[in-house]
Amino acid sequence: MRELFPANQVIGFVASLALTVIALLVYFLDMSFTVGMVVLLLTAFTQAGLQLVVFMHAGESPDSDSIYLNTYYGIFIALAIVFGSLLAMVWGY
Amino acid sequence: MEFFKQFAVPNPTPTIYLSMVAIGLTLIAVLAGITYFKKWGYLWSEWLTTVDHKRIGIMYLISALLMLFRGGVDALMMRAQTSMPGNELLSAAEYNEIFTTHGVVMIFFMAMAFITALMNFVVPLQIGARDVAFPRLNALSFWLYFMGAMLFNLSFVIGGSPSSGWTSYFPLAGNELSPHIGTNYYMIALQIAGLGTLITGINFIVTIFKMRAPGMKLMKMPLFTWSALITNLLITFAFPVLTVALAMGTMDRLFGTHFFTMDNGGMAMLWANFFWVWGHPEVYILVLPAFGIYSEVISTFSKRNLYGYTSMVVSIVVISTLAFLVWVHHFFTMGQGALVNSIFSITTMAIAIPTGIKIFNWLFTMWKGKIQFTVPMLYSLGFIPIFTIGGVTGVMLGIASADYQYHNTMFLVAHFHLVIIPGVVFAMLAGMTYWWPKMFGFMLNERIGKWAFWNIAIGTCLAFFPMFISGLDGQARRMYTYSEVAGFGIWNLLSFFGALGLAMGFILIVFNVYYSARYASRDIGDDPWDARTLEWATRTPVPEYNFAVTPQVDSREPLWDSKYEGKTLFKEEIKDIHMPNNSGQPFIMTIFFFVAGFGLVFSMWPVVYVAAAGIAVLLFIRSFERDDGRHIHAEEVRETENNKRGDTR
Ligand code: HEM
Ligand SMILES: [Cu+2]
Repeated sequence: MRELFPANQVIGFVASLALTVIALLVYFLDMSFTVGMVVLLLTAFTQAGLQLVVFMHAGESPDSDSIYLNTYYGIFIALAIVFGSLLAMVWGY
Repeated sequence: MEFFKQFAVPNPTPTIYLSMVAIGLTLIAVLAGITYFKKWGYLWSEWLTTVDHKRIGIMYLISALLMLFRGGVDALMMRAQTSMPGNELLSAAEYNEIFTTHGVVMIFFMAMAFITALMNFVVPLQIGARDVAFPRLNALSFWLYFMGAMLFNLSFVIGGSPSSGWTSYFPLAGNELSPHIGTNYYMIALQIAGLGTLITGINFIVTIFKMRAPGMKLMKMPLFTWSALITNLLITFAFPVLTVALAMGTMDRLFGTHFFTMDNGGMAMLWANFFWVWGHPEVYILVLPAFGIYSEVISTFSKRNLYGYTSMVVSIVVISTLAFLVWVHHFFTMGQGALVNSIFSITTMAIAIPTGIKIFNWLFTMWKGKIQFTVPMLYSLGFIPIFTIGGVTGVMLGIASADYQYHNTMFLVAHFHLVIIPGVVFAMLAGMTYWWPKMFGFMLNERIGKWAFWNIAIGTCLAFFPMFISGLDGQARRMYTYSEVAGFGIWNLLSFFGALGLAMGFILIVFNVYYSARYASRDIGDDPWDARTLEWATRTPVPEYNFAVTPQVDSREPLWDSKYEGKTLFKEEIKDIHMPNNSGQPFIMTIFFFVAGFGLVFSMWPVVYVAAAGIAVLLFIRSFERDDGRHIHAEEVRETENNKRGDTR
């Protein structure tokens, strides 16, 4: 029975619904801009990671190493671009 | 009549009218020729619908050479205009259009196409694969690139070319300062071609990760394949930035948004920021495949294995990461603070370290080798000193405080040409000459090739060294003329002679193709250079399935070891081979892209809607199509192989 019940998938599904609801709350509840943005950023990245691992099976293929490596590289580049641009265009200006 | 006015060129001159006529006549002649020789069927079934990576590679190569010609003519016109003070060959407006076109054509349509040509032809052969991972997407990539290039070139005769530089900085490129549609061509043609590049990037990452011959571990891959892998990784992570920036720019121009405007909260400098977030990785996208080619060529013609393989791989990987951390060095003078400039100054200089490691590895490879001075080797040898000069001046430019002096002068122009020409053009010519026999079944004439090399090498130095001096003396880039008292005349005249030398070199290359096609021996065997890697283990010309039997690899130089160490490459029996079917969809879909692009340039919405619907329909058809490919039967393969063995022509 244990093997037959897709526990991971069900938990993943419920979690992704919950994340969506939390993100929606930013619109319906009255919170400050900063709090709202923090909530959105956190839920968005958790959601993306969840989808990648649970539903897109990133860890289950024989080349999961290169998939994760590519993902980390992508995250690194994205952070460098975002914070580098902020540095050059806003903070360091 | 009103309707046709928008297509008129804003600064018409007799040259432009002449070119219109010439283009029209050439087009008619080509179409008539194809019809007369009844080649439509051949063209359609063998080229327009092909998904074979080798043919796609050859189509990229032909396009790249055509674009090299186009960009080269632009360069000659610019150098002729500036060869004397106060010259009036070109007007200021024409000069602006020409340097913009020159830059865009050379980077996007010549250099990118050239590297993609060689990656397409060589990488699957080098890893022992039968094609790329997604052959039909590969065809789509090519046609997207091709249609983007054609759309951009059309601007010359219909509607007028963009004129705000290949960097197209806002606010200059915005509607207020560039009211003409030229910049729309830039935004949309690059978007279409860039989409093709992005698809290539993904395609080749998957190909290299998933389709290597058994036994070829990552650290056993040939260096050209390594450099292709990292290049495509850079493409996949850098091009989306360009895509987004171009989309925002397009919206500013067509739909009145305010991303890059000076008012209503727009931020014009954000364009420069995005452009270089993509742009600096882009220069490494161009130069890394070149590094790969040099590694292959230098080790083949030094008759020994590459010195420091591991450090070569590590330095490519380090370069690929640093490439994303330096972009601000392109606008040190835009007004950000000293802290920001210092940070990016340091990362910039750090790039010189892995690059230096590579240079030394090549030198050490040659150190104890038996050097053969073939044409590809000459380009590699010429590359080392010239590229080093370009690189060292790059480090000078990377010193932020000093860059206030150099920025936007001819000094910068000298720097980047002296890295890009040896780093891309030399490499591509070396690679083209090196792999030519595999592509076309005969070798290019060495004597004419050497003449071409010397013209190009000396021409490059003569064309660009003087710019260091006139640049330091204060000659600004992108200026169509200068007065005699400035004293730049002599340097620009020398530079013009250099440009003529380069032109002579290219003429010799074209002549060489003609001469060798006509007279060269076809009896060259499969491995005319006595090379080391798998692409030379195929037959010449390469059969469509590449390898009758998948090779088994257990070293970095499998072919060399099978020739001289007695290892067997092909251990299995010939079996049925599974190949992808040809398809006309990519070609047809990109015609819709072309039409949609044209509609967008002129804001002709009905045209855009119809073409977009066409694209959607084709996507829909593709999604529900079943295409399992086809099999070449073992019998047939055996027959082809036997014929090839006996056939020396
Ligand atoms: C040692 C390595 C290098 C260093 C330190 C370096 C540094 C720089 C710097 C600081 C600039 C901006 C200068 C200015 O605008 O005032 C620049 C411009 C440029 N570099 Fe390099 N560079 C290097 C290698 C390369 C390579 C390998 C390529 C191409 C294959 C390249 C292509 C360019 C281009 C195209 C520009 C000019 C872009 C423009 O403004 O139109 N560079 N380089
Ligand atoms: Cu740069």
